[in-house]
Parts: sequence; structure tokens; C-alpha cells
Amino acid sequence: MTTQVRTEPITVNLGPQHPSTHGVFRMRVTFDGEEIIDVEPIFGYLHRGSEKLAEERTYVQVVTLTDRMDYVGSMLNNQAYMLAVEKLAGVEPAPRGVWLRMIASELQRIASHLVAVGFLIQDLGAWGTPLIYTMREREKILDLFEMLCGARITNSYLRPGGVFMDAPEEFWPAMNELLDELPPRIDDLDDLLTDNDIIFSRTKGVSILTPEQMIDASITGPMLRAAGVDWDLRHRDPYDYYDQVSFDRPLHTAGDNFARYWVRVQEMRESIKIIRQCEKLIEPGPVRPEHDDVPWLLRPPIGDAYAAIEHSKGELGFYLVSDGSISPYRCHVRAPSLINLTLLRDMLVGELLADMFVSFGSVDINMGEVDR
Amino acid sequence: MSKAWDGAKLAESIHESIPGVVVDTSGTDIWIDPDSVPDVMRLLRDGDEFRFQLLSSVTAVDYISYFEVVYHLTSLTRNATAVVKSKTGLGRDEARIPSVVDLWRGADLQEREVWDLMGIIFEGHPNHKRIMLWEGFPGHPLRKDFATYEQSIVPEADRRVPTVVSDEIENGQGS
Repeated sequence: MTTQVRTEPITVNLGPQHPSTHGVFRMRVTFDGEEIIDVEPIFGYLHRGSEKLAEERTYVQVVTLTDRMDYVGSMLNNQAYMLAVEKLAGVEPAPRGVWLRMIASELQRIASHLVAVGFLIQDLGAWGTPLIYTMREREKILDLFEMLCGARITNSYLRPGGVFMDAPEEFWPAMNELLDELPPRIDDLDDLLTDNDIIFSRTKGVSILTPEQMIDASITGPMLRAAGVDWDLRHRDPYDYYDQVSFDRPLHTAGDNFARYWVRVQEMRESIKIIRQCEKLIEPGPVRPEHDDVPWLLRPPIGDAYAAIEHSKGELGFYLVSDGSISPYRCHVRAPSLINLTLLRDMLVGELLADMFVSFGSVDINMGEVDR
Repeated sequence: MSKAWDGAKLAESIHESIPGVVVDTSGTDIWIDPDSVPDVMRLLRDGDEFRFQLLSSVTAVDYISYFEVVYHLTSLTRNATAVVKSKTGLGRDEARIPSVVDLWRGADLQEREVWDLMGIIFEGHPNHKRIMLWEGFPGHPLRKDFATYEQSIVPEADRRVPTVVSDEIENGQGS
């Protein structure tokens, strides 16, 4: 004879101020015992009106706003914005500037994935130590950014047609040292975590999303590749000089939390490969076009342009409209963090309270970009 | 390299199946009649030559005399992109366009964002609520006629605690 325990659904507000919400995010979750039966995400706690602010700034000043959208991927945001500006204004970028920004954005991708992996483990309950392991490597990447542009998080390194300053001489040996150091560190991470029994049992088969579901919901990036869809804009629609470098695209077929974690770890290795190739291919020269060709006060012709890159979180696109003046008439950001949350309810319903923030963390969102 | 559909060619292909809906073309862009959005989008998603499985982006631009809703579509299997635009012409208070959420779920949050910030009503959206700002916020900030300071200050009389919190306190579930 079985005894039926009557449980009553209970609604809990999680967030907005909660450490595991990766910023300020609120979810209204209804639980039946420990099981999640309904989720309603509530956005907007970090909304700063970036798109409106962009309409009142010059094209170069908007770079500072893009830094503050996804603040663990500033270089990548800069790159997406610059590609849109260059497309809009018809700017021919300087080759050395392009190589430098490819190096910078691949370093940023590693840093961003390190944060994603570190916090995922933190969400699993491994407080502190693994996170510090990943943050230690990230610090070294931020040191390199400091050499490049003087800033660590809000870089504003890129300019239309390239970057604003050439890398100093001491940058190259420091970067090589880091690139030698990183693969063994990632191996360490693999040894510690990928084959870890606790990680296995907590993440395998949790919050599975199928490729059809994700494509329908416009989800891109590592999440899509974790379900076996070979879709990487660097490969399918190469921007900058990604057609001149070769790299693999790690794919997993499970589409669960473990697959999303695994894909990110493997992508870090591929980024190192790309940086090494960039270093071989880069040649001396100007890092941005002459001032006469591309003035600081850029006035693109009337029209619109959409440019997208493979951000560490998915497809990051900028849609710019110009009315011929010095500031954009409209600046829309296709934010992967926001759009990847479309299926949050499907991911969480039926899972347990303990897995909730792990699944949420495995999406790898950044609230600065979700709310903008 | 992914292929961007030429506007004129795309218009021609759409015309073969649904005649008379493409209003204008220019470069890679096509403009379609707002009422025909569900039909054209269904064709672009399911049609054999298009196969745009992924809706990259939905956004809107305020051109003062009209609003323009812009869809960026991507085909994963054909590795192609297309830009579809539509002008809403019902004036500033009644700007309407049919929703595409039943075709692509990816439009869900993006259409809510456009409604919130630009004030375009997406007919048929299952959860047509504001997303970034709170219900009761005066105006839509991305509109060009939005007075940035005065309108954004909520009058004392309109200020209220968020309804969700008060519900829970009444149900005895709040802290």
C-alpha cells in the first residue's frame, strides 16, 4: 500500500538579488514539493536603455556602451559593433587591426568560457575553489587586455577599421607565455571536472533541449552546438579573417547541461589554436585606416546594416540605421543572452530545485546583455 | 560564406506563391504588406527553396511617419540570410502587425521587447506584456517623440508596489 502525500504548489520569488542569478534576474517559480511545475522569468532589473543612449552618441562613443552590455565579453561586443559600423560606412579595415582584434576577441572568448565553466561548478555546490581556478587564468587574460588598451573589463579597444593602438612589444611574449600555460590548465580542469562522478550524475540528462526546439527558439552558440548542430558563424559566415585560420568545432549530441559545459571547455582549446595562427599571420603595418579616410566623427551614408558574430554566448548582432548624421538613428542589439532564455521554462519544468540554477547557469547568460 | 538573398529575386520567388504582397525591394531588402506577414513568413520558413528555420532578429525602427518592423532570417541548411521589412501604417497609437510567435518561438521575447520599447502591438502574441519596463510605464522610450526626462518620471499618484509581491503577501506566501 502506498501513502499519497498531498503536496501543495508553492510559489517562490527567486531573485532579483541572489548570487546564483548571475546578476539581477528574477524568476517566479512554482514548486510542487521539490519539483518545478512553472517558471516565469521577469526581466528588466538591469535595463539601462543602451539602445536609446546610442542614439545620442557618435559612432565611436557607442563603443563604450557595447562594453557594458556583456561585461565578460567586451572585446567580442566591440567586434560585432565595429563590423556593423564598417558595413554601414563602407570602411575598409586595416589588416593589422583586424588580426589584433581577432586575437583580442579569441582571448575574450576564453575568458568568457572560463567564467561560464567556473560559475556552473559554483552553481553545482562546489563553493569557491574551482571558481578560483578558472578566475586565475581569466586574470592573466585581463592583464593582457591591460597591456593592449589600459582597461581590463570595459576595454573600448576597437575603432572603425581596426583598433586604436598597436600592441606593445611586451604583449607578445606575455601572450605566448599564457598560451603555453593554458592547455595544461584546461587539462587540469578536464581531469578535475569532466570525469568527475558528481558532475556526471548532477548534469547528465538534466534539462535536455533538442536541436529542433532550439532552432525554433532562435537559440545559437554553444547551446546549439551541444545538441549536435554544426552552426558557428566563424565557420559558416566568416567575418574578419576567420576564413584564413583553421579550427575545429567541438560538438556534443546530448543537449543537456553536461554537453553545454563540455562544448565550452573544448572551445577554449580551439581559441588557443586560432590565436597561435593569428600570431603567425599578423604583419607590421597601420592598425587603423588614415584619419582622412575614416575620421573620428564618422558620418555613414543613409541606410542600414546588420552584422553578426559568433559571440561566446551565441549570435551577437548589431542592426544600425544611419540618417547621415554623426550618431546612429537606431541601434538594435540582437542579444544572445536574452534570446537564449526563450526556452527557460521548457528547460526547468519537471526538474528539481537543486538543478534549477545549474540549468540556468548552463545557458551562460549575462544580465548586462539580457536587459541592456 | 553565407549567401544573402537578393531582394528582387526573393520578391519574385514569393510572388510565384503569394502574388501581390511584396510592396518594394531595394538591395537585399524586401518590404511586405503587414497583413501578409504570417503567410509570407510561413512560406519563407517551410518553402523548399527558402528553408529559413532560424529567425535571427526582430526589431523595429521609428521613421516618425511610420514604423518599420525588420526581420532577419537565417537558413541553416541553405546557409543563407534574408531581410524582410514591413511598414505599419495605422498611426502612432495603433501600430499593429501580426505576431510570428506561432511560426518561430524565438520571436517571443523579441516581440515583447519591441512592444515595450517601441510600442508596436503584435497581434496574436500569447504573452503580450512589457519586458524591460514595468506595466504602467508611460510611453515607449525608443520612439523618437519620447521626451526622455519628463515622461519617464512617474507621477506620485501612479506609483505602486509591483502587483506580484502584494499577491503573495495576501496568499500568506510572502516573507
